[in-house]
Amino acid sequence: MQEKSILDIISPIMAGPSSSHTAGAVRIGLLIRNIFAQEIKRVKIILYNSYAQTGTGHGTDKGIIAGLLGFSVDSTKIKDIFNSIEATKIKYTFEYQDSFTRHPNAVDFIIEGTSQTMEISAQSVGGGEVQVTKINDIDVNINAKSDTIIITLCDKPGAISQITDIIQKNNINIASLNCNRKTKGQNATCLISVDGVINQAVIEEIKQKTNPAFIRYVKKLFQ
Amino acid sequence: MTIKTFEELKKSCTKNNLKIYEIAQIEESEVFDITVEEFRFKVEKTIQAMKEAIKNGLNSTALTNGKMGGFDCAKQLEYYKHHHSIFNKLFEKIICYALATSEENARMGRIAACPTAGACGIVPSCLISIFEEYDIDKEKQINSLITAGMIGKIIASKVATAGAIGGCQAECGTASAMAASAAAYLFDSDIDTIINAAALSLKNILGLTCDPVRGFVEVPCIKRNPFLAVHALVAFEMAQAGIISIIPADEVVDAMEQTGALMSSALKESSQAGLAKTKTAIIMEKACFTKKYYSEFKD
Ligand code: SF4
Repeated sequence: MQEKSILDIISPIMAGPSSSHTAGAVRIGLLIRNIFAQEIKRVKIILYNSYAQTGTGHGTDKGIIAGLLGFSVDSTKIKDIFNSIEATKIKYTFEYQDSFTRHPNAVDFIIEGTSQTMEISAQSVGGGEVQVTKINDIDVNINAKSDTIIITLCDKPGAISQITDIIQKNNINIASLNCNRKTKGQNATCLISVDGVINQAVIEEIKQKTNPAFIRYVKKLFQ
Repeated sequence: MTIKTFEELKKSCTKNNLKIYEIAQIEESEVFDITVEEFRFKVEKTIQAMKEAIKNGLNSTALTNGKMGGFDCAKQLEYYKHHHSIFNKLFEKIICYALATSEENARMGRIAACPTAGACGIVPSCLISIFEEYDIDKEKQINSLITAGMIGKIIASKVATAGAIGGCQAECGTASAMAASAAAYLFDSDIDTIINAAALSLKNILGLTCDPVRGFVEVPCIKRNPFLAVHALVAFEMAQAGIISIIPADEVVDAMEQTGALMSSALKESSQAGLAKTKTAIIMEKACFTKKYYSEFKD
């Protein structure tokens, strides 16, 4: 279990009224923005269960849009985000659903950008903490508490150790490494959380050496 | 190993002859690899945000998101213009500051969750009122919020401070214990008194359910904040007098965890019972949510 900080208890400084339904929603939006890493043209947002039922009252919809636009949890813009100039840049739709199989605060995104479309699922798990659970059919667990590399590799032996070598060579500690692939021979998606910050050159080197199908460097959202 | 119980906290303070905030800031800097100064700077920022939230709340009468509040702080202020509290100025401030912060939260204003957004008025109203009335300097202000945070962290290491898991006792109850202990710190109490203030405060709030009307953090949450702020100071004053909680603080936390686990989920932030299912609440719900699920398209 990750150690709790006193700062987790006396913050975040945030726009109210709910850490899970408002601050969590902004963080989900921010995380999705970082994973998508391209200008968002159109997005369909499907809110589930409690997020659907009480989301509007808690500003969950506003929070998500504000996050997608890059505003932080304590931004005073969140309240009026739908009337802001920034929000006119994205075409967004909301849908509201009930599902026993989903987390009470779950949300799905279908996002179109200039040259890519992605489906991403996320949930707000309490106290403003969030998780991205799925990226395009691949199960993941990204909580944005440390910087994370998301990388999808063609299943070729040695690629993972190549990556870890590059990271360690740059004096960065790997906090955790998780890989999964559906069957042998298929692409494997790995999540590599690190202590510290990786610079773009390192990401480029990984790209060159392993030729991944997908790579993103997602910065942490917590102090 | 970090400190997870009040017993450990007491031992550590006594053995090293350090105050709670000193132990806490050393621990934070070691575990999270930041300097004590950086940590204190972040705490100071939180105090700043708390003060701003109070100021904004005191100056607003805008309706809250769920339209069930937003006007009560103004009423209380107006009342105190013409009458004095039967207690004193500090008491007036605490009630107004707690209302101001909670209303600001429900308006989607900027607040500091402490430990949660629903309970965000309790710690700031107590602390900032005391800061003002007793002229507390900046360093001591920071020390007091660190003390509050340490108390909250110990409770949170056993009980999730979320209404959906532990009921409101875990949110507003924890906030109240934090405020009681921090107040005791501000009046230079010893470690036993500080911990005892937390125990007394928590003990009296066990069983508090979370049944917000229509799912908004408004009813009962907004008005609950001033109640629990005052509640914290009752615990503080009794602890100052040397009144001891017969059940030690750590065991009170255990009791809180058990009570939260036994509490029906209908009374834990699901708005399926209690105040949320009263006749009036249901009428309001019907009026507002005729279309429960809907789609809208904004181009
Ligand atoms: S009643 Fe529930 S939502 Fe309201 S402050 Fe308490 S725990 Fe939070």
